[in-house]
Amino acid sequence: MKPPLFQYLAPSSLDEALALRAEHADDCAVLAGGQSLMPLLNLRMAFPGTLIDLGGVSELAGIREFDGGVAIGAMTRQRATERSELVRDRLPLAVRALANVGHPAIRNRGTVGGSLAHADPAAELPAVALALDAELVARSSGGERTIAAADFFVGFLTTALAPDELLVEVRLPGLPAGHGASFVELARRHGDFAVVGVAAAVALDSGGSIADARLAFIGVGGTPVRAREAETLLRGAMPEPAAFAEAAERAKTELDPGSDTHASAAYRRRIAGVLAQRALQEATP
Amino acid sequence: MSIEVTLTVNGAVRSATVETRRTLADFLREDLSLTGTHLGCEHGVCGSCTVLVNGASARSCLMLAVQANGAEVTTIEGLLDGGTMGVLQEACRDSHSFQCGYCTPGFLMTATELLNERPHPTATEVREAISGNLCRCTGYESIVQGILLAAERGA
Repeated sequence: MKPPLFQYLAPSSLDEALALRAEHADDCAVLAGGQSLMPLLNLRMAFPGTLIDLGGVSELAGIREFDGGVAIGAMTRQRATERSELVRDRLPLAVRALANVGHPAIRNRGTVGGSLAHADPAAELPAVALALDAELVARSSGGERTIAAADFFVGFLTTALAPDELLVEVRLPGLPAGHGASFVELARRHGDFAVVGVAAAVALDSGGSIADARLAFIGVGGTPVRAREAETLLRGAMPEPAAFAEAAERAKTELDPGSDTHASAAYRRRIAGVLAQRALQEATP
Repeated sequence: MSIEVTLTVNGAVRSATVETRRTLADFLREDLSLTGTHLGCEHGVCGSCTVLVNGASARSCLMLAVQANGAEVTTIEGLLDGGTMGVLQEACRDSHSFQCGYCTPGFLMTATELLNERPHPTATEVREAISGNLCRCTGYESIVQGILLAAERGA
């Protein structure tokens, strides 16, 4: 199939993009890397009156240091992100997660902001943002606000962005140096959307017990889900299989997955527990 | 709605007026008659339409032609070496890498990017690199062998 007719607008600055976004707020789609939107257009599942292409807004691409972590511009390509020295050093979880996003050809085009704003419940980057307590920076012609990741993902393909706002940056705080991370997912084929996936990060204190643990799941509902009770159980525990098993059991009670053609709710919950244990084990430094 | 685009395709500057909803794949095939780029699924799953955009592999069905304005695009036709097959193409032919040939252009463009970045990949790296391309004939083994042979011959 081919994309439907639309009015195509290609702003060359963020101010111009924000003005167009406000003007066409009731009937526009924003084209970032296009790796989710283009299939929707080709399949005629989306037919926006206006398409705003951010490809020419170069000020939205870039990676910089931020508060011990990293701030990533919305139009930064996923491939550039996974190859960034700064990201590799500060955000091992993001690098692990990106390896599961589609394939290299998809990541060459796909953007960090596009994935977050699209908010597919099986996408990897939203779980990273949630696990790391990211702040998402939204801007409109009227000004700028930051939205905590926990408030950003509202439901299936739905975020807290207002119709006249654009996501311009994601700020990901780092965890202590030396922490470990893992991203494991079950997909029918490598690169496909996950049936269930888990983002995990573990930091140890000087005595070898867990100082901080993060656990976020994808594919278990309309949004990524953080297992905060499981994280609390892990804090202070020794990083051992028994502790991981207990945390995984607790995490399963925090999830409310649905059933669809890919997997039943019971299967998803069971797999979530298994993957959580593996991810915590692998994330332990 | 149409827009004038100018891009470099296989080393030659090409200009055309294209409908803004025209995908890069359709632009290459229909407007430039470069029919070596094949369309399989048209939603980014099969990899048949893979081309290089500024040296990086991309699904040409998931790009609008207008997004490629100013870019340098390489298609399967660009792998020809002075009218004859390039090293990668020869190596794949010698390895019987393909049967029906429909997926071939996508695999070769993906492999071109891999060999540019990693001239001597392991078999595992080759498998990882081509994991986004589907072939329904070969079982992939002969494709992996073809790419490894190309690396050996210095593609």
